[in-house]
Amino acid sequence: MIEQLSRNERQLSLVILLCLAVLGLSMAAVGRDDPLGAHGALVLLAAIGGLFFVISGYYAPEAGPERLHSYYDDPSKVGIVIAMAWALIGLFVGDWVAWQLVNPDLTFDAPWSSFGRIRPVHTTAVIFGFGGNALIATSFYVMQRTSRARMPDQLSPWFVVFGYNLFCLLAVTGYLMGSTQSKEYAEPEWYADIWLVIVWVVYFVLYLRTLSRRSEPHIYVANWYYLAFILVVAVLHIVNNIAVPVSFGHAKSYSIFSGVQDAMTQWWYGHNAVAFFLTSGFLGMMYYYLPKRAGRPIFSYRISIISFWGITFFYMWAGSHHLHYTALPHWVQTLGMTFSVMLLVPSWASAGNALLTLNGAWHKVRDDATLRFMMVAAVFYGLSTFEGSFMAIRSVNSLSHYTDWTVGHVHAGALGWVAMITFGSIYASVPWLWKRPAMHSARLVEAHFWLALAGTIIYVFAMWNSGIIQGLMWRTYNESGTLAYSFVDSLVAMHPYYIARAIGGLLFLIGAVIGCYNIWMTIRTAARSADARAPGEPAPLYARKPALEPAE
Amino acid sequence: MAVAERDPHTGYLTTGHEWNGITELNTPVPRPIYFFLITTALFALGYWILMPAWPLGVTYTRGLLGIDQRTTVEKALQEAVLDRATWTKRIEAESYEDIRSDARLMKSVRETGRALFGDNCAACHGMNAAGGPGFPSLTATSAIWGNDPDAVAETIRVGINSTHPETRTSQMLAFGRDGVLPPKDIDAVVAYVRSLSAAAGDIPPQAIDAGKTVFSANCASCHGDEGKGNKELGAPDLTDKAWIYGGDAQSIRRSIWGGRQGHMPTWEDRLSPLERKILTLYVLDLGKAGR
Repeated sequence: MIEQLSRNERQLSLVILLCLAVLGLSMAAVGRDDPLGAHGALVLLAAIGGLFFVISGYYAPEAGPERLHSYYDDPSKVGIVIAMAWALIGLFVGDWVAWQLVNPDLTFDAPWSSFGRIRPVHTTAVIFGFGGNALIATSFYVMQRTSRARMPDQLSPWFVVFGYNLFCLLAVTGYLMGSTQSKEYAEPEWYADIWLVIVWVVYFVLYLRTLSRRSEPHIYVANWYYLAFILVVAVLHIVNNIAVPVSFGHAKSYSIFSGVQDAMTQWWYGHNAVAFFLTSGFLGMMYYYLPKRAGRPIFSYRISIISFWGITFFYMWAGSHHLHYTALPHWVQTLGMTFSVMLLVPSWASAGNALLTLNGAWHKVRDDATLRFMMVAAVFYGLSTFEGSFMAIRSVNSLSHYTDWTVGHVHAGALGWVAMITFGSIYASVPWLWKRPAMHSARLVEAHFWLALAGTIIYVFAMWNSGIIQGLMWRTYNESGTLAYSFVDSLVAMHPYYIARAIGGLLFLIGAVIGCYNIWMTIRTAARSADARAPGEPAPLYARKPALEPAE
Repeated sequence: MAVAERDPHTGYLTTGHEWNGITELNTPVPRPIYFFLITTALFALGYWILMPAWPLGVTYTRGLLGIDQRTTVEKALQEAVLDRATWTKRIEAESYEDIRSDARLMKSVRETGRALFGDNCAACHGMNAAGGPGFPSLTATSAIWGNDPDAVAETIRVGINSTHPETRTSQMLAFGRDGVLPPKDIDAVVAYVRSLSAAAGDIPPQAIDAGKTVFSANCASCHGDEGKGNKELGAPDLTDKAWIYGGDAQSIRRSIWGGRQGHMPTWEDRLSPLERKILTLYVLDLGKAGR
């Protein structure tokens, strides 16, 4: 890893790690018993570990200039491995939370394991840990290949990968200590937020620098989606997290927004996190890996462009549909609802474009579980965007809001769309990256696919049922004109669905465990065969050689 | 560069660009997409005209229908209150006795009281009001503060050991921890208290006698000479089978050792007089069913 870095980059990385160590030490010193102090120690340890690692390889001979003729894929490899590790953590904690709803005593009487703390651990680990790392890893892979250009340097991709994961670690350990901003999907406190801004700006600049070095005259549509993801997430993150810390020695901060403005800013952020993190970025993934794996041209260039601008424009207005029937003025709710309805058209156009691309390759969908992951992802993308527009309608929302229907909707998108397209893309990338003809076991990919699909369907159906029952129970009046059910009555009615949901989540988790094993075995056999191979065989860059197709 | 090729499967031309083997067809946007884009845009436009929609500086377009969520909900709430008034007015005005003898009114009390009880009382007393460790059963034969409607209503209003200025207050001393009684005496009084309600078979008679003396000197001032309790002080009857903190020797010993200061919140600020009256009637009705 270090031998790929130039002498200058090695020195620069030592300087960065030293600065980080000093920062960690001062955080630990001023923070003391505050969560800030514990996080200072964590930053210090991470920086010291990094320093040892760089120094251990510091005097390794520099790799020759011929390395600059191949793509730089090491950060993508590391990113994929880390993404799968986060998937295991996030899905395990998610299923634990699900069982806590079945049996609230599963906290084992510890404060850190209470529902309110480990639920954000679940959401952050799966969205930012698993999803974010997968997006970073695949975006490095895709931007280099579709630009036919190597990344401009070797240091900034590592800064992005490790810096981003330091943010994720600060986030989840903070929740366990009870440190949170109480904003959904934006829970980390001010210092973690500032750190993410630095990492994110480096990521954005790295992407632009690679694009500017491209040998292709046109920018492929996947890069448009990835760039929208990086740029808009930066804007959302900065605005929603503007806050004033109690002091520089405390983790606690207060948002500069208050009341309904705070709620509106939060859900403008929250809904666009769904749009640009969980949709736009993963559409970028889909636009590269699906046609590549299917060996088919994109069905329509024109649809991909009209959808891109449709999604980008409409999503920005839709956030207020999270605040129907609240203190938010009625007119803002109207705008949120109507733009959500219009949003359905470009969303379905994207899903349709993906599925029509598979025309002529449906026999591959039948035989290849990796491509089937991507196909099912596109179907769930269509389903959950329809559901989302439907639930944004005020009268529907009056039934669905605050119920498990919302939870089911989110997981149709998160499990069915985001995780499935990611697993498909990772199963496609791993043999390409580690130079293998195929995954270690096609049957295990098949097993993962069916477990993931069964888990998602059980989960979503359980939550649809429970959510609609919940919504109806909360609004049912008896003949006397008063509420027919107490809240506890609705909880009793939810119990069987909570068991079903937790079982669905467990199936999804088992699938991911199988996936990790399969990926690990593929990498191990790759390492063995690489030892036997002559060193330094560069990947062809300018040759128009067809990409490695997995054996079928 | 940029030479379009024809895709043999669909018959469409590609755009002529290629990225690492990926090409794109130049397929025109299908008509349904334009159709639905226009349809949804027209729907949005119509909705904007009819409903509050666009900001105009310090005001906003009100919409032709003149609908506003605040007035809508206020009107709906007023109508609901009017609907319920057919029976709530009578609950407010009539005496407990009259209401309890009116089957139709009691039907409304049971329907409404169930949800009120579930949302406010069940967390401690349980959905079936059977209580649990630390929380008394409301269906027991003898209520600690009295079984008549006024006493129950007052307990709900002010709570027990609560923050209300007129709260009911009930403090049992920590006889063991604070050294009021030596352990030997506590053992004896435990035996005596058990003998008041349980079959005396396995309790040695001399312990009961010793305990009776200690009881008369220390406990009878609140619980009464015969252990029948005192509703004025909230001292429970020790001769019945109902126990708040458990009736086995270990539990009784723990109560005497550490004392008891049970807590019930005041509901005066949280529930309206009507709701509290419905709850009073509901709880008494539950007790009647239990007895």
